[in-house]
Amino acid sequence: MSLLDYFRTTKRGTASLAKERLQILVAHERSSRTQPSYLPQLQKELLEVVRKYINVEQDAISINFEQDEDQEVLELNIVLPDEHNKSSK
Amino acid sequence: MARIIVVTSGKGGVGKTTTSAAIAMGLAKKGHKTAVIDFDVGLRNLDLILGCERRVVYDFVNVINGEATLNQALIKDKRCNQLFILPASQTRDKDALTVEGVGRVLEELSKDFKYIVCDSPAGIEKGAHLAMYFADDAFVVTNPEVSSVRDSDRMLGIMASKSKRAENNEEPIKEYLLLTRYSPERVKLGEMLSVEDVQEILSLHLLGVIPESKSVLNASNSGIPVILDDKSDAGQAYEDIVARYLGEDRPHRFIDEEKKGIFGKLFRSK
Repeated sequence: MSLLDYFRTTKRGTASLAKERLQILVAHERSSRTQPSYLPQLQKELLEVVRKYINVEQDAISINFEQDEDQEVLELNIVLPDEHNKSSK
Repeated sequence: MARIIVVTSGKGGVGKTTTSAAIAMGLAKKGHKTAVIDFDVGLRNLDLILGCERRVVYDFVNVINGEATLNQALIKDKRCNQLFILPASQTRDKDALTVEGVGRVLEELSKDFKYIVCDSPAGIEKGAHLAMYFADDAFVVTNPEVSSVRDSDRMLGIMASKSKRAENNEEPIKEYLLLTRYSPERVKLGEMLSVEDVQEILSLHLLGVIPESKSVLNASNSGIPVILDDKSDAGQAYEDIVARYLGEDRPHRFIDEEKKGIFGKLFRSK
Protein backbone atom coordinates (compact mmCIF):
# COMPACT_ATOMS: atom_id res chain seq x y z
CA MET A 1 0.00 0.00 0.00
CA SER A 2 1.38 3.40 -0.86
CA LEU A 3 1.24 6.39 1.48
CA LEU A 4 -1.60 7.84 -0.54
CA ASP A 5 -3.67 4.72 0.06
CA TYR A 6 -3.77 5.42 3.79
CA PHE A 7 -5.95 8.41 3.04
CA ARG A 8 -8.18 6.42 0.74
CA THR A 9 -9.01 3.42 2.87
CA THR A 10 -12.29 4.88 4.09
CA LYS A 11 -13.71 4.59 0.59
CA ARG A 12 -15.09 1.13 -0.12
CA GLY A 13 -14.09 -0.38 -3.44
CA THR A 14 -16.67 -0.97 -6.15
CA ALA A 15 -15.62 -4.57 -6.80
CA SER A 16 -17.95 -5.97 -4.14
CA LEU A 17 -20.83 -4.09 -5.72
CA ALA A 18 -19.93 -5.58 -9.09
CA LYS A 19 -19.89 -9.06 -7.59
CA GLU A 20 -23.25 -8.61 -5.91
CA ARG A 21 -24.89 -7.32 -9.09
CA LEU A 22 -23.39 -10.10 -11.18
CA GLN A 23 -24.46 -12.84 -8.81
CA ILE A 24 -28.08 -11.70 -8.92
CA LEU A 25 -28.05 -11.19 -12.68
CA VAL A 26 -26.32 -14.46 -13.54
CA ALA A 27 -28.63 -16.45 -11.26
CA HIS A 28 -31.64 -14.85 -12.92
CA GLU A 29 -30.35 -15.40 -16.46
CA ARG A 30 -29.43 -19.01 -15.73
CA SER A 31 -32.87 -19.81 -14.39
CA SER A 32 -34.51 -18.30 -17.48
CA ARG A 33 -32.20 -20.40 -19.69
CA THR A 34 -33.42 -23.64 -18.16
CA GLN A 35 -37.05 -22.65 -18.51
CA PRO A 36 -39.08 -24.34 -21.20
CA SER A 37 -39.53 -22.14 -24.26
CA TYR A 38 -43.34 -22.33 -24.13
CA LEU A 39 -43.58 -20.30 -20.90
CA PRO A 40 -44.16 -16.84 -22.44
CA GLN A 41 -46.86 -18.26 -24.73
CA LEU A 42 -48.46 -20.12 -21.81
CA GLN A 43 -48.50 -16.92 -19.76
CA LYS A 44 -50.13 -15.01 -22.61
CA GLU A 45 -52.84 -17.61 -23.18
CA LEU A 46 -53.56 -18.03 -19.49
CA LEU A 47 -53.95 -14.29 -19.19
CA GLU A 48 -56.47 -14.33 -22.03
CA VAL A 49 -58.52 -17.05 -20.33
CA VAL A 50 -58.49 -15.30 -16.97
CA ARG A 51 -59.48 -12.03 -18.62
CA LYS A 52 -62.64 -13.62 -19.99
CA TYR A 53 -63.91 -13.73 -16.41
CA ILE A 54 -61.89 -11.21 -14.43
CA ASN A 55 -60.39 -7.93 -15.52
CA VAL A 56 -56.77 -8.36 -14.50
CA GLU A 57 -53.75 -6.36 -15.51
CA GLN A 58 -50.93 -7.64 -17.73
CA ASP A 59 -48.52 -7.91 -14.82
CA ALA A 60 -51.02 -9.53 -12.47
CA ILE A 61 -50.04 -12.95 -13.67
CA SER A 62 -46.65 -14.49 -13.13
CA ILE A 63 -45.29 -17.87 -14.05
CA ASN A 64 -42.28 -19.39 -12.41
CA PHE A 65 -40.55 -22.57 -13.41
CA GLU A 66 -38.22 -24.31 -11.00
CA GLN A 67 -36.17 -27.39 -11.46
CA ASP A 68 -34.79 -29.52 -8.67
CA GLU A 69 -32.86 -32.71 -9.07
CA ASP A 70 -35.92 -34.89 -9.25
CA GLN A 71 -38.89 -32.59 -9.74
CA GLU A 72 -40.06 -29.68 -11.82
CA VAL A 73 -42.40 -27.10 -10.32
CA LEU A 74 -44.54 -24.79 -12.39
CA GLU A 75 -45.77 -22.01 -10.15
CA LEU A 76 -48.62 -19.84 -11.32
CA ASN A 77 -49.55 -16.69 -9.47
CA ILE A 78 -52.54 -14.52 -10.36
CA VAL A 79 -53.24 -11.41 -8.35
CA LEU A 80 -56.97 -10.72 -8.45
CA PRO A 81 -58.08 -7.10 -8.43
CA ASP A 82 -60.13 -5.51 -5.63
CA GLU A 83 -63.87 -6.23 -5.49
CA HIS A 84 -64.98 -3.02 -7.24
CA ASN A 85 -62.72 -3.59 -10.23
CA LYS A 86 -64.28 -6.89 -11.11
CA SER A 87 -66.21 -6.91 -14.31
CA SER A 88 -69.09 -9.27 -14.90
CA LYS A 89 -68.69 -10.31 -18.48
CA MET B 1 -7.90 -37.33 -34.08
CA ALA B 2 -7.28 -33.71 -33.26
CA ARG B 3 -8.53 -31.97 -30.16
CA ILE B 4 -10.60 -28.92 -31.09
CA ILE B 5 -10.26 -25.90 -28.82
CA VAL B 6 -12.51 -22.86 -29.11
CA VAL B 7 -11.31 -19.54 -27.72
CA THR B 8 -14.48 -17.65 -26.92
CA SER B 9 -15.89 -14.87 -24.73
CA GLY B 10 -19.08 -13.35 -26.08
CA LYS B 11 -17.75 -9.85 -25.44
CA GLY B 12 -15.30 -8.25 -27.83
CA GLY B 13 -11.90 -6.86 -26.98
CA VAL B 14 -11.16 -9.15 -24.05
CA GLY B 15 -8.20 -10.90 -25.69
CA LYS B 16 -9.54 -13.82 -27.73
CA THR B 17 -7.21 -13.35 -30.70
CA THR B 18 -4.21 -12.60 -28.48
CA THR B 19 -5.02 -15.79 -26.56
CA SER B 20 -5.60 -17.88 -29.69
CA ALA B 21 -2.28 -16.80 -31.16
CA ALA B 22 -0.44 -17.38 -27.89
CA ILE B 23 -1.81 -20.81 -27.06
CA ALA B 24 -1.58 -22.06 -30.66
CA MET B 25 2.08 -21.03 -30.72
CA GLY B 26 2.58 -22.51 -27.24
CA LEU B 27 1.13 -25.89 -28.23
CA ALA B 28 3.15 -25.91 -31.46
CA LYS B 29 6.34 -25.05 -29.59
CA LYS B 30 5.75 -28.06 -27.37
CA GLY B 31 5.96 -30.14 -30.51
CA HIS B 32 2.26 -30.63 -31.22
CA LYS B 33 1.18 -29.96 -34.77
CA THR B 34 -1.36 -27.17 -34.37
CA ALA B 35 -3.69 -25.30 -36.70
CA VAL B 36 -5.28 -22.02 -35.68
CA ILE B 37 -8.38 -20.85 -37.54
CA ASP B 38 -9.76 -17.33 -37.66
CA PHE B 39 -13.58 -17.53 -37.59
CA ASP B 40 -14.07 -13.76 -37.73
CA VAL B 41 -15.15 -13.58 -41.37
CA GLY B 42 -15.11 -10.01 -42.62
CA LEU B 43 -12.88 -8.78 -39.79
CA ARG B 44 -9.84 -10.99 -39.89
CA ASN B 45 -7.09 -10.10 -37.47
CA LEU B 46 -5.40 -13.30 -36.36
CA ASP B 47 -3.01 -13.03 -39.32
CA LEU B 48 -1.93 -9.61 -38.07
CA ILE B 49 -1.38 -10.78 -34.49
CA LEU B 50 0.67 -13.71 -35.81
CA GLY B 51 2.60 -11.48 -38.20
CA CYS B 52 1.69 -13.34 -41.41
CA GLU B 53 -0.73 -10.79 -42.90
CA ARG B 54 1.31 -10.38 -46.07
CA ARG B 55 1.39 -14.10 -46.76
CA VAL B 56 -2.39 -14.59 -46.98
CA VAL B 57 -3.37 -15.90 -50.41
CA TYR B 58 -6.38 -18.10 -49.81
CA ASP B 59 -8.66 -18.18 -46.79
CA PHE B 60 -11.12 -20.30 -44.80
CA VAL B 61 -14.08 -19.43 -47.06
CA ASN B 62 -12.08 -20.29 -50.21
CA VAL B 63 -11.46 -23.74 -48.74
CA ILE B 64 -15.11 -24.21 -47.75
CA ASN B 65 -16.22 -23.23 -51.26
CA GLY B 66 -13.68 -25.53 -52.89
CA GLU B 67 -11.81 -22.61 -54.50
CA ALA B 68 -8.59 -23.66 -52.81
CA THR B 69 -7.28 -26.75 -51.05
CA LEU B 70 -6.45 -26.72 -47.36
CA ASN B 71 -2.75 -27.02 -48.15
CA GLN B 72 -2.93 -23.97 -50.38
CA ALA B 73 -4.68 -21.90 -47.72
CA LEU B 74 -2.73 -22.95 -44.61
CA ILE B 75 0.14 -20.61 -43.80
CA LYS B 76 3.11 -22.25 -42.16
CA ASP B 77 4.54 -20.13 -39.37
CA LYS B 78 8.14 -18.99 -39.97
CA ARG B 79 9.14 -19.29 -36.31
CA CYS B 80 7.70 -22.70 -35.56
CA ASN B 81 7.23 -25.39 -38.19
CA GLN B 82 4.47 -27.10 -36.18
CA LEU B 83 2.11 -24.10 -36.41
CA PHE B 84 -0.27 -23.43 -39.30
CA ILE B 85 -2.70 -20.56 -39.72
CA LEU B 86 -5.98 -20.62 -41.62
CA PRO B 87 -6.98 -16.97 -42.07
CA ALA B 88 -10.54 -15.67 -42.27
CA SER B 89 -11.89 -14.08 -45.39
CA GLN B 90 -11.74 -10.30 -45.36
CA THR B 91 -14.32 -9.64 -48.06
CA ARG B 92 -17.24 -11.98 -47.59
CA ASP B 93 -20.04 -11.76 -45.12
CA LYS B 94 -20.42 -14.15 -42.22
CA ASP B 95 -23.04 -16.25 -44.03
CA ALA B 96 -20.21 -17.70 -46.09
CA LEU B 97 -19.61 -20.15 -43.22
CA THR B 98 -21.86 -23.19 -43.00
CA VAL B 99 -22.06 -26.06 -40.52
CA GLU B 100 -21.32 -28.59 -43.27
CA GLY B 101 -18.44 -26.56 -44.69
CA VAL B 102 -16.78 -25.92 -41.33
CA GLY B 103 -17.34 -29.54 -40.34
CA ARG B 104 -15.63 -30.76 -43.50
CA VAL B 105 -12.59 -28.51 -43.02
CA LEU B 106 -12.22 -29.52 -39.36
CA GLU B 107 -12.50 -33.19 -40.25
CA GLU B 108 -9.80 -32.89 -42.86
CA LEU B 109 -7.54 -30.96 -40.48
CA SER B 110 -8.17 -33.57 -37.77
CA LYS B 111 -6.39 -36.24 -39.81
CA ASP B 112 -3.13 -34.38 -39.78
CA PHE B 113 -3.14 -32.11 -36.72
CA LYS B 114 -2.97 -32.68 -32.97
CA TYR B 115 -4.73 -29.47 -31.94
CA ILE B 116 -7.08 -27.15 -33.78
CA VAL B 117 -7.58 -23.74 -32.17
CA CYS B 118 -10.72 -21.89 -33.26
CA ASP B 119 -10.51 -18.14 -32.71
CA SER B 120 -14.14 -17.09 -32.24
CA PRO B 121 -15.49 -13.70 -33.25
CA ALA B 122 -17.24 -11.61 -30.61
CA GLY B 123 -21.00 -11.84 -30.26
CA ILE B 124 -23.28 -14.85 -30.41
CA GLU B 125 -24.03 -14.93 -34.11
CA LYS B 126 -23.11 -17.40 -36.80
CA GLY B 127 -19.32 -17.09 -36.67
CA ALA B 128 -19.24 -17.47 -32.90
CA HIS B 129 -21.73 -20.33 -33.06
CA LEU B 130 -19.71 -22.25 -35.64
CA ALA B 131 -16.43 -21.63 -33.83
CA MET B 132 -17.75 -23.40 -30.73
CA TYR B 133 -20.07 -25.93 -32.42
CA PHE B 134 -17.47 -28.69 -32.99
CA ALA B 135 -15.30 -27.93 -29.95
CA ASP B 136 -13.99 -30.45 -27.43
CA ASP B 137 -12.55 -27.81 -25.12
CA ALA B 138 -13.43 -24.17 -24.57
CA PHE B 139 -11.11 -21.46 -23.32
CA VAL B 140 -13.45 -18.80 -21.98
CA VAL B 141 -11.54 -15.52 -22.04
CA THR B 142 -12.91 -13.14 -19.44
CA ASN B 143 -11.93 -9.74 -18.11
CA PRO B 144 -12.58 -9.00 -14.42
CA GLU B 145 -15.37 -6.63 -15.40
CA VAL B 146 -19.18 -6.93 -15.22
CA SER B 147 -20.12 -7.03 -18.90
CA SER B 148 -17.39 -9.51 -19.76
CA VAL B 149 -18.38 -11.86 -16.93
CA ARG B 150 -22.03 -11.70 -17.91
CA ASP B 151 -21.24 -12.40 -21.58
CA SER B 152 -19.00 -15.31 -20.62
CA ASP B 153 -21.85 -16.83 -18.66
CA ARG B 154 -24.09 -16.38 -21.68
CA MET B 155 -21.54 -18.18 -23.88
CA LEU B 156 -21.38 -21.02 -21.36
CA GLY B 157 -25.14 -21.38 -21.63
CA ILE B 158 -24.96 -21.47 -25.42
CA MET B 159 -22.18 -24.06 -25.41
CA ALA B 160 -24.16 -26.20 -22.99
CA SER B 161 -27.21 -26.27 -25.25
CA LYS B 162 -26.22 -25.50 -28.85
CA SER B 163 -22.92 -27.31 -29.41
CA LYS B 164 -22.62 -30.52 -31.38
CA ARG B 165 -21.76 -32.36 -28.18
CA ALA B 166 -24.91 -31.02 -26.51
CA GLU B 167 -27.10 -31.82 -29.50
CA ASN B 168 -25.81 -35.40 -29.66
CA ASN B 169 -26.04 -35.87 -25.89
CA GLU B 170 -22.32 -36.49 -25.71
CA GLU B 171 -19.97 -35.54 -22.89
CA PRO B 172 -20.15 -31.73 -22.69
CA ILE B 173 -17.41 -29.36 -23.87
CA LYS B 174 -14.68 -29.00 -21.24
CA GLU B 175 -14.70 -25.36 -20.21
CA TYR B 176 -11.75 -23.46 -18.79
CA LEU B 177 -11.51 -19.92 -17.47
CA LEU B 178 -8.76 -17.60 -18.69
CA LEU B 179 -8.88 -14.35 -16.78
CA THR B 180 -7.12 -11.65 -18.79
CA ARG B 181 -6.12 -8.02 -18.17
CA TYR B 182 -5.92 -8.75 -14.47
CA SER B 183 -4.54 -6.09 -12.19
CA PRO B 184 -3.64 -7.41 -8.70
CA GLU B 185 -3.09 -3.85 -7.43
CA ARG B 186 -6.64 -2.83 -8.29
CA VAL B 187 -8.04 -6.05 -6.85
CA LYS B 188 -6.25 -5.32 -3.60
CA LEU B 189 -7.80 -1.87 -3.50
CA GLY B 190 -11.23 -3.40 -4.00
CA GLU B 191 -11.60 -1.77 -7.40
CA MET B 192 -11.61 -4.92 -9.48
CA LEU B 193 -13.28 -8.33 -9.25
CA SER B 194 -10.81 -10.90 -7.95
CA VAL B 195 -10.01 -14.30 -9.48
CA GLU B 196 -12.05 -15.93 -6.72
CA ASP B 197 -15.02 -13.63 -7.40
CA VAL B 198 -15.09 -14.48 -11.10
CA GLN B 199 -14.59 -18.18 -10.44
CA GLU B 200 -17.38 -18.15 -7.90
CA ILE B 201 -19.80 -16.45 -10.29
CA LEU B 202 -18.98 -18.56 -13.33
CA SER B 203 -18.02 -21.79 -11.47
CA LEU B 204 -15.32 -22.60 -13.99
CA HIS B 205 -12.00 -24.35 -13.70
CA LEU B 206 -9.26 -21.70 -13.78
CA LEU B 207 -6.59 -22.38 -16.38
CA GLY B 208 -4.68 -19.20 -15.73
CA VAL B 209 -4.57 -15.47 -15.11
CA ILE B 210 -2.97 -13.09 -17.61
CA PRO B 211 -1.96 -9.85 -15.93
CA GLU B 212 -2.62 -6.49 -17.58
CA SER B 213 0.68 -6.03 -19.36
CA LYS B 214 2.43 -3.66 -21.73
CA SER B 215 3.98 -6.66 -23.44
CA VAL B 216 0.63 -7.59 -25.06
CA LEU B 217 0.46 -4.38 -27.11
CA ASN B 218 4.18 -4.58 -27.87
CA ALA B 219 3.68 -8.10 -29.16
CA SER B 220 0.71 -7.23 -31.36
CA ASN B 221 2.51 -4.14 -32.66
CA SER B 222 5.26 -6.39 -33.95
CA GLY B 223 3.17 -9.38 -35.02
CA ILE B 224 4.81 -11.72 -32.54
CA PRO B 225 2.57 -13.86 -30.30
CA VAL B 226 3.17 -12.64 -26.75
CA ILE B 227 4.05 -16.16 -25.59
CA LEU B 228 7.34 -15.82 -27.50
CA ASP B 229 8.27 -12.89 -25.24
CA ASP B 230 9.40 -15.20 -22.47
CA LYS B 231 10.69 -12.34 -20.34
CA SER B 232 7.26 -10.75 -20.09
CA ASP B 233 4.70 -11.58 -17.42
CA ALA B 234 1.94 -12.13 -19.99
CA GLY B 235 4.19 -14.38 -22.06
CA GLN B 236 5.02 -16.48 -19.02
CA ALA B 237 1.37 -16.60 -17.99
CA TYR B 238 0.40 -18.01 -21.39
CA GLU B 239 3.26 -20.48 -21.22
CA ASP B 240 1.90 -21.66 -17.85
CA ILE B 241 -1.58 -21.99 -19.34
CA VAL B 242 -0.37 -24.20 -22.19
CA ALA B 243 1.56 -26.38 -19.74
CA ARG B 244 -1.46 -26.71 -17.43
CA TYR B 245 -3.72 -27.55 -20.35
CA LEU B 246 -1.30 -30.30 -21.32
CA GLY B 247 -1.57 -31.74 -17.83
CA GLU B 248 1.36 -30.17 -16.03
CA ASP B 249 0.72 -29.05 -12.47
CA ARG B 250 1.95 -25.48 -12.14
CA PRO B 251 1.08 -23.08 -9.32
CA HIS B 252 -0.88 -20.00 -10.37
CA ARG B 253 1.10 -16.77 -10.70
CA PHE B 254 0.37 -13.08 -11.32
CA ILE B 255 -2.59 -13.18 -8.93
CA ASP B 256 -0.96 -11.29 -6.09
CA GLU B 257 0.63 -7.91 -6.11
CA GLU B 258 4.33 -7.84 -6.89
CA LYS B 259 6.52 -7.24 -3.90
CA LYS B 260 8.01 -3.78 -4.12
CA GLY B 261 10.87 -2.14 -2.33
CA ILE B 262 10.39 0.77 0.06
CA PHE B 263 10.68 3.28 -2.80
CA GLY B 264 8.19 1.38 -4.87
CA LYS B 265 5.77 1.47 -1.96
CA LEU B 266 6.11 5.18 -1.40
CA PHE B 267 6.19 6.29 -5.01
CA ARG B 268 4.11 3.82 -6.89
CA SER B 269 4.20 4.61 -10.59
CA LYS B 270 0.70 3.39 -11.47
